[in-house]
Amino acid sequence: MYRYDEFDASFVSQRTEQFKDQVRRRLAGELAEDEFKPLRLMNGLYLQLHAYMLRVAIPYGTLNARQMRKLAYIARTYDKGYGHFTTRQNIQYHWPRLEDTPKILEELAEVEMHAIQTSGNCIRNVTADHFAGAAADEIADPRPYAEILRQWSSLHPEFSFLPRKFKIAITGAPHDRAAVQTHDIGLQLTRNDAGETGFVVFVGGGLGRTPMLARKVRDFLPEEDLLAYSEAILRVYNRYGRRDNKFKARIKILVHETGLEELKADIEQEFEKIRFGVLRLPEEEVHRIEAYFAPPPLEVGAATSAAVDRRRESDAAFAQFVAHNLNAHRVPGYTSVTLSLKPIGGVPGDASAEQMEAIADLAEKYGHDEIRISHEQNVILPHVKLDDLPALFDALVAADIAEGNAGLVTDIIACPGMDYCALATARSIPVAQRISERFGAAERQAEIGEMKIKISGCINACGHHHVGHIGILGLEKKGEEFYQLTLGGSANENASIGEIVGRGFSSDEVVDAVETLIDTYLGLRSGKEETFLEAYRRVGEDPFKEALYGAA
Amino acid sequence: MKVITANRLLSGEVVWLGDGGRWVERVTLARIFEGKEAVAEGLAQGMASKDRQEVVDVYELDVTVEGGVIVPVRLREKIRAAGPTIHPDLGKQAQAVTA
Ligand code: HEM
Ligand code: SF4
Repeated sequence: MYRYDEFDASFVSQRTEQFKDQVRRRLAGELAEDEFKPLRLMNGLYLQLHAYMLRVAIPYGTLNARQMRKLAYIARTYDKGYGHFTTRQNIQYHWPRLEDTPKILEELAEVEMHAIQTSGNCIRNVTADHFAGAAADEIADPRPYAEILRQWSSLHPEFSFLPRKFKIAITGAPHDRAAVQTHDIGLQLTRNDAGETGFVVFVGGGLGRTPMLARKVRDFLPEEDLLAYSEAILRVYNRYGRRDNKFKARIKILVHETGLEELKADIEQEFEKIRFGVLRLPEEEVHRIEAYFAPPPLEVGAATSAAVDRRRESDAAFAQFVAHNLNAHRVPGYTSVTLSLKPIGGVPGDASAEQMEAIADLAEKYGHDEIRISHEQNVILPHVKLDDLPALFDALVAADIAEGNAGLVTDIIACPGMDYCALATARSIPVAQRISERFGAAERQAEIGEMKIKISGCINACGHHHVGHIGILGLEKKGEEFYQLTLGGSANENASIGEIVGRGFSSDEVVDAVETLIDTYLGLRSGKEETFLEAYRRVGEDPFKEALYGAA
Repeated sequence: MKVITANRLLSGEVVWLGDGGRWVERVTLARIFEGKEAVAEGLAQGMASKDRQEVVDVYELDVTVEGGVIVPVRLREKIRAAGPTIHPDLGKQAQAVTA
């Protein structure tokens, strides 16, 4: 795992000191709110519906038990006993007091964590595949590159006042689990014919009110050019990105308005100027950073486990868990385990302090002290021995995080929505809860198979509804909550933006509408292997439209 | 019919302007302002308090009175006055009534 060097440690502690002083000056009346607001936002502190909200970065979603215990401690000591894991691999606390935040940031700094660049028009927390360093299909661990990007982008003076926020995601496997095409820059690790490591580079993805998938600008960017090329993209964006209209300020709009070819040429031109300069990434530097991410010592074992097979026969819940919550590991005898933060009827992404502590304990006991947060708002133990699964499962049951629903209809992404968020036009979490209850029965979920439902409480699309197989957008109509459905979205390597099926539904109707869609799918799929998304892509929207609204 | 709301600077707690220019922590205890001028006056009081570093984010909102109790019109403001609908155990809805 990456350890702070002296530079990181001193800059985080300096920043904490600065913020402490800014809070002091705010409370003393030396800073007015208009002056203070940008400062608090730079430190991840928002004002929400009920209280302040603090967003803490979990770089590339990786943390260890000690850090998780600190997050639990903060939840218990300074908040109301829980935290909310987000689609950007961050954690949000919904109830901190302004006067406590300097102390919270100090606590975080003790475990090499912070809230810097979790807000504002800067380069945000770089996200990565949550199975990084473990997945069987991985070309290379993306996290060393994410860390290199983090170091380059942290407090980068040229890029602290971009036209708008800027998000980078990176995946190390051909199967994209990091939704790279929905980011401002998306990177996919690849190898060329000579066996050298590089990146497929996508630019200009983004959701929000104008959803767009990123466009490919490079088939192969050599590893050594990663920073220079990223800098070139940022420079072009910083220079030409629109600052006149907040809603047109993301790089996706620049790509759209300038045209891909011209923008590519601009990027290449800028790149040529700086390509051989200080940003050239020496191989030794990559190796030095890689060493921090060295995998734990894992002994190769048998590809199957008799203990697992035995338990599976006698325990349906365990069988369901094993069927859905494991991801193939590159080392035989191991697996990556998803701990679902989506209990049936629960709040997607919430974890109590006790659950966080249980996760920390289990990571130490069974998982080589490694924990990941997924953009699907779940927690991952990336390196677990197959033979340990029965014992791990028992402990998860005790902590109430044993739902065997990863990737299924109840594994719903939902933003905080109007229960917390000042920008919301409708609630999202209660809709997620009702859908979860409707489809919660184990057999029904298994029957429906892979299904990604994503819910946002407003047009900002923090819940990624555009890329849900079924997307739900909460709006307000005549003072009532009102939900618009989109179909056919996807965030993986075959990404697509979902299409609006027709008029929206009231809060009372929306769960029935989702059920209608799912029943329609079950009725028309070619077989159990054909997922909802595949079926939708095959038959188009008409059968679904008809089921929802009757024949035209 | 309107009330004036804000969040306390220090704690972030949601408050409404009550009698005597005091901030209260229950919408039912808020002072009702009727008419443009009265609302402007209320807002000015709120802004003055903001300038004294007591609160942030001062604004007005519509309310009705139902059975003698002040109820915000919009769902957003109802939720703000009560707490998250998914957590009846949190927020004002879970606290004993105090001003
Ligand atoms: C509760 C406080 C939050 C506020 C005020 C907020 C605000 C916003 C805004 C204004 C945008 C649109 C940005 C743009 O298009 O330029 C946005 C997008 C986004 N937010 Fe949030 N958000 C919040 C919470 C969250 C949470 C909890 C998550 C994760 C679950 C999240 C993840 C995202 C993502 C993934 C996007 C889409 C990025 C894109 O447009 O490409 N946000 N947010
Ligand atoms: S999508 Fe809208 S409601 Fe949901 S968290 Fe983002 S800004 Fe808030």
